[in-house]
Amino acid sequence: MSVDILMPALSPTMEEGTLSRWLKKEGDAVKSGDIIAEIETDKATMEVEAVDEGILSRIVVPEGTEGVKVNAIIAVLSSEGEDVVRSAPKSASALAKAERVAPEADKPEIAAPEQPRAKVVADASLPAGTTFTETTVRDALRDAMAEEMRRDERVFVMGEEVAQYQGAYKVTRELLQEFGERRVIDTPITEHGFAGLGVGAAFAGLRPVVEFMTFNFAMQAIDHIINSAAKTLYMSGGQMGCPIVFRGPNGAASRVGAQHSQDYSAWYAQIPGLKVIAPYDAADAKGLLKAAIRDPNPVVFLEHELLYGQSFPVPDGDFVLPIGKAAVKRQGTDVTLVAHSRMVGYALQAAERLAADGISAEVIDLRTLRPLDTDTVVESVKKTSRLVCCEEGWRYFGVGAEIAATVVSEAFDYLDAPPIRVHQKDVPLPYAANLEALSLPNADDIVAAVKKVCEGGL
Amino acid sequence: MATKPKSAKKAPAKASKADMLKFYSDMLLIRRFEEKAGQLYGMGKIAGFCHLYIGQEAVVTGMQACLKDGDQVITGYRDHGHMLACGLDPNGVMAELTGRIGGLSRGKGGSMHMFSKEKNFYGGHGIVGAQVPLGTGLAFANKYRGNDNVSLAYFGDGAANQGQVYEAFNMASLWKLPVIYVIENNMYAMGTSVERASAEVELFKRGISFEIEGEEVDGMDVLAVREAGEKAVKHARAGKGPYILEMKTYRYRGHSMSDPAKYRKREEVDDIRTHHDPIEGLKGQIIEQGYATEDDLKKIDNEIKAIVKEAADFSLASPEPDASELWTDVLIEGAA
Repeated sequence: MSVDILMPALSPTMEEGTLSRWLKKEGDAVKSGDIIAEIETDKATMEVEAVDEGILSRIVVPEGTEGVKVNAIIAVLSSEGEDVVRSAPKSASALAKAERVAPEADKPEIAAPEQPRAKVVADASLPAGTTFTETTVRDALRDAMAEEMRRDERVFVMGEEVAQYQGAYKVTRELLQEFGERRVIDTPITEHGFAGLGVGAAFAGLRPVVEFMTFNFAMQAIDHIINSAAKTLYMSGGQMGCPIVFRGPNGAASRVGAQHSQDYSAWYAQIPGLKVIAPYDAADAKGLLKAAIRDPNPVVFLEHELLYGQSFPVPDGDFVLPIGKAAVKRQGTDVTLVAHSRMVGYALQAAERLAADGISAEVIDLRTLRPLDTDTVVESVKKTSRLVCCEEGWRYFGVGAEIAATVVSEAFDYLDAPPIRVHQKDVPLPYAANLEALSLPNADDIVAAVKKVCEGGL
Repeated sequence: MATKPKSAKKAPAKASKADMLKFYSDMLLIRRFEEKAGQLYGMGKIAGFCHLYIGQEAVVTGMQACLKDGDQVITGYRDHGHMLACGLDPNGVMAELTGRIGGLSRGKGGSMHMFSKEKNFYGGHGIVGAQVPLGTGLAFANKYRGNDNVSLAYFGDGAANQGQVYEAFNMASLWKLPVIYVIENNMYAMGTSVERASAEVELFKRGISFEIEGEEVDGMDVLAVREAGEKAVKHARAGKGPYILEMKTYRYRGHSMSDPAKYRKREEVDDIRTHHDPIEGLKGQIIEQGYATEDDLKKIDNEIKAIVKEAADFSLASPEPDASELWTDVLIEGAA
């Protein structure tokens, strides 16, 4: 039996090359792994190794030949003892056949199927008689973790200062006392390492809650959040899930300077394979963190340091909210304000002030950034015809840009004015009190934006 | 107490006839499989990056012999050998290389990304060094659950210079996690030799600052690998924490298929192949000890060739994934 030796492709882009030198001649015995020839591409000279053993019965392409197409037959290898001459005519016809093989890339393109729309989930409706307790966002988050740890033995919390110190921002207060050091784990200052370790534990079926002291430090760990946590399910064809929550404060705190004050909403919200949550009030913080811990997917949970101490009524009992559902926090008819996290508070303040001026603003809290509930936003804009997107982060390639683009493409005919974005100024966050205040968006900026979007009358 | 790493020459390791024949067969499967993958790459049937394990077969074969049910394995991008050693179906591995629906990741992962929960193989990771904290996390899960399983985290001499490796070392030692770090030192990180990249070239010493014991092993001798592996696994299983094994090994092929290999001399490759080949070496021992004849081994060769041929045929016959696969497996739908 003879085996055709083909011109190999030595890189993903190679189409042809020069056969510069034969290192074996006709009649030579060849073993698997022997170098039989050298070929040149536009990039480099490379060696061709034999993959089978036998006698080099015929060299089809002489050395020095240029423009030899990938997959063309360059030589024929015969089993030892075989009649060498007899195999030659067969290889000549095979050569012609091989050259006719069209490269795979020339196959007709099939259009990608349409992306399925994220399922719109129903909001949780509270049963009649639900009682509420005034709770800070900090304690709501703490309670969510404690309740889920009681419910599921696989859930554990790890991060810097989460155990003995009781949390850098006291979000993990008293978890160590209740659950012990096996499940509440102080890590060294080693974000890249413990994020990766957490992902590995999640691959193995545990349910880690990884706290970053702030998301600014998670930049050291973002490779594991994206490359290891978010992409593995897809890369494994659905086999290897990663049920993990990465949580911590995100965005500006107060006078802590540029490296401790970045809003990463848009960064994470861009990544398929993640869910991204950024709540405003305590009830949403609790209901969504519980949902995040129960979710079989990797979840990035963006909190806000300046909200930790604010109190809101939280439903008593096992309160779990659906991920991926925005909330209308205030009904209105003239303009839609879309916000998430701390900006929801400013949007509500702005709406209150605008009401005094006779402008009725609807305030939508996105709550989840991925999957993004654009239906709620689009429905609102169809009613109000005006849109102001509010975010704490920078404008370029941001959450507001995404919302505005979606509204423009899905509700263009309903708009009475171009959407406006309210956002942080396009500079690293300054330290000086006056410059910091100038840099960050607030209720005044939202009021001004609404006035602008309403120019020309309601 | 920091233990001084050892690099002592030892008496040759021994093994039973059955073990030796199994090692021969397992290593040969990897060799022939990789040769076939290289051939299919040359034919344009496999694309992108394709990192072949040829030359390093003894490392994964010897280490796998030290494991028991439930022990986990994780590695980097030169991973086909690890998959076969873990018992993943050669047809599924090859069909993943050709990007077909019959591939272990349904054609969505490729050469560097295959997994099997059933066989406790956790990938297949393309970011150099990422598998080290991930593998440490697998060990964390074992300790959390209180079982006596261990994880093996394989990485190369190149990954040994990544910072996250040392973050993982620190936590593994601090928390006494049952993980064995297997450094496959094949002397070149892509085209950069260990000497050009590492201030300390004896990589088994890299755990000293973390009080992790380390040992240098002849990674071209499957019996030596198994002997060292058993010691390391016993250490980790007993709750004594991590262990480092530096396997001195060699890859015959380029870093990937598109590697012109100008950073080393052909004579260097030839010398290793001629004098230190793990398969030829074991073959010599098998025949010398009278465990099998040339003819017996030829029979094994033919069986392996048939398996690899079937894998190649399957990988070319399996269709490409349906276009609807584009949108699936991004997220797990529904609650836990």
